Amino acid sequence: MSSAKLEQLSARLAEAFADTLKASRVDRGELTVEVAPGDLLAVMSRLKDDTAFGFTQLSDLSGVDYLSYGEADWQTQRATAAGFSRGVARGSVHMAAGDGRRFAVVYQLLSVPHNQRLRVKVYTDGQPPRVDSVTGIWPVADWYEREAFDLFGILFDGHPDLRRILTDYGFIGHPFRKDFPLEGHVEVRYDPEKGRVVNQPVSIEPRTLVPRVIREEDWLHSSKPVQETPDA
Amino acid sequence: MPEIRNLTLNFGPQHPAAHGVLRLVLEMDGEVIERADPHIGLLHRATEKLAENKPFNQSIGYMDRLDYVSMMCNEHAYVMAIEKLLGITPPIRAQYIRVMFDEITRILNHLMWLGAHGLDIGAMTMFLYCFREREDLMDCYEAVSGTRMHATYYRPGGVYRDLPEQMPQYQPSQWRNEKEVRELNTARQGSLLDFVDDFCDRFPACVDEYETLLTDNRIWKQRTVDIGIVTPERALELGFTGPMLRGSGIAWDLRKKQPYEVYADLDFDIPVGVNGDCYDRYLVRVEEMRQSARIIKQCVKWLRENPGPVILDDHKLTPPKRGEMKGDMESLIHHFKLFTEGYCVPAGEVYAAVEHPKGEFGIYLVSDGANKPYRLKARAPGFAHLSAMNEMVAGHMLADVVAVIGTMDIVFGEIDR
Repeated sequence: MSSAKLEQLSARLAEAFADTLKASRVDRGELTVEVAPGDLLAVMSRLKDDTAFGFTQLSDLSGVDYLSYGEADWQTQRATAAGFSRGVARGSVHMAAGDGRRFAVVYQLLSVPHNQRLRVKVYTDGQPPRVDSVTGIWPVADWYEREAFDLFGILFDGHPDLRRILTDYGFIGHPFRKDFPLEGHVEVRYDPEKGRVVNQPVSIEPRTLVPRVIREEDWLHSSKPVQETPDA
Repeated sequence: MPEIRNLTLNFGPQHPAAHGVLRLVLEMDGEVIERADPHIGLLHRATEKLAENKPFNQSIGYMDRLDYVSMMCNEHAYVMAIEKLLGITPPIRAQYIRVMFDEITRILNHLMWLGAHGLDIGAMTMFLYCFREREDLMDCYEAVSGTRMHATYYRPGGVYRDLPEQMPQYQPSQWRNEKEVRELNTARQGSLLDFVDDFCDRFPACVDEYETLLTDNRIWKQRTVDIGIVTPERALELGFTGPMLRGSGIAWDLRKKQPYEVYADLDFDIPVGVNGDCYDRYLVRVEEMRQSARIIKQCVKWLRENPGPVILDDHKLTPPKRGEMKGDMESLIHHFKLFTEGYCVPAGEVYAAVEHPKGEFGIYLVSDGANKPYRLKARAPGFAHLSAMNEMVAGHMLADVVAVIGTMDIVFGEIDR
């Protein structure tokens, strides 16, 4: 999408939702706005019903867990007394700080009449995290919200039928949270003695094949040597 | 007077018309559906979580396994998201190759859909006809990538390698004698492009053949006309995309509306339906196959005339040539770093969508600057379509459920992810 069209949309949004937009940024040709959980329904229904915006379609809704944002396994920026770190202790290095808010629900909106896209983000905290349901605005949100509930444990207030959708019947936990291990907690196998399928604690060891590494922003195309900073 | 109660019927997950592992709990009033509750997730493999634990390039293969009948289109959305984050553009020849294979994939997908849909509602021959042409397209996949389905051919920055100069040929075996092999190999004498070109010449006649069997067929029309009608307004609200939306009469196609790669330079038409029923969606998809053949023709012409690089020369992102690696220290280091650590992608978030054969396939990618995605979300078109199941079948007869499942073009790889 052309940047002029995006700036125009951004300006119109700022005008229409003066004090409810918490943040608005254009990055890589995409516009992201952030709203508070309390304002979500009002903003969303206006975005859909106001013909100036016309976001008739909710393309996607996804949960994001920012718990380990910016965590890496390997110190790459500077050498320690013992040389560069080679550790694969998971998440041992913090490279970029998140802003402390853990869960976000991200809505990708599509305006068919204006041929524009918009991303709306809502951060939510609390135990459990709660957001208002947009099923009344876009019926397609029904399953998307069930998915976000299933995988992240985000509760959607006002959802007509908030059941698990992707995980197995009787599954415990929310598997896409960052503190849920990739290997899971239980595994399933057939027990020939009992003659049925049994659940048992998982027997796979967690291992890191490729450490998670964060390099500086301009690493990709910089020819300048990495700055040496003395070890603290 | 006996008490009359509604019957709850369990449809699938092993029902052959459930297209994989759909479990439908149907509340029936006699033969009429009152309510349908699809239970999905039986093929859930947590692709998105797996991708968060792998360097970017290692997840390309997982994308093939999402919608496993339109493999390269899934890859396309994923590599486009990475390219958007990195801020790179693949060489023009790579873009043409991608478009050509996207359209080959579209035909592959629609043939699979047509065959299975026909089989489901009583047109057995369709399946055999469609698989005959699918075989040739699978050979194209095999020629460029070495595999017939899960290609892993698209890479951030281009495609894995250039098109082969020689189309692989059949060898005589205990199942095929010399004469049969000679016949099969007549179109395979030249390069891949010659083969694809020849296919596009042959293919419209094949589509005519399918249409003679179905389009005016009384039984086919009885099974599809006025079944599962969706109005245009409702189709938008329900998140329909692709042929499901166009079948309802909305001319929305990302290839036209938000053109990516070289679609803006190509000449093709967007078919739209009128009534929004299963029959219109059938017509839309059949016409899309013809249009795809038209696009492929244009790509073949361009690709013949314009040789060039097919992947960026930036060895921070793409591996150096094998030969260079043998003699050049820097290439060796690049190769080593790329295959042990991968590349780091600048922090940010993007949503990249392609016009997948089934609808809008989007990848929402969040990066925190690491060599692995922080969060990857695949927007699968089938997920939104299937969520409208209840609305589409309520009030219809039990046998129409099969027609509606067929018209949605459901593949569980992408729905369950």
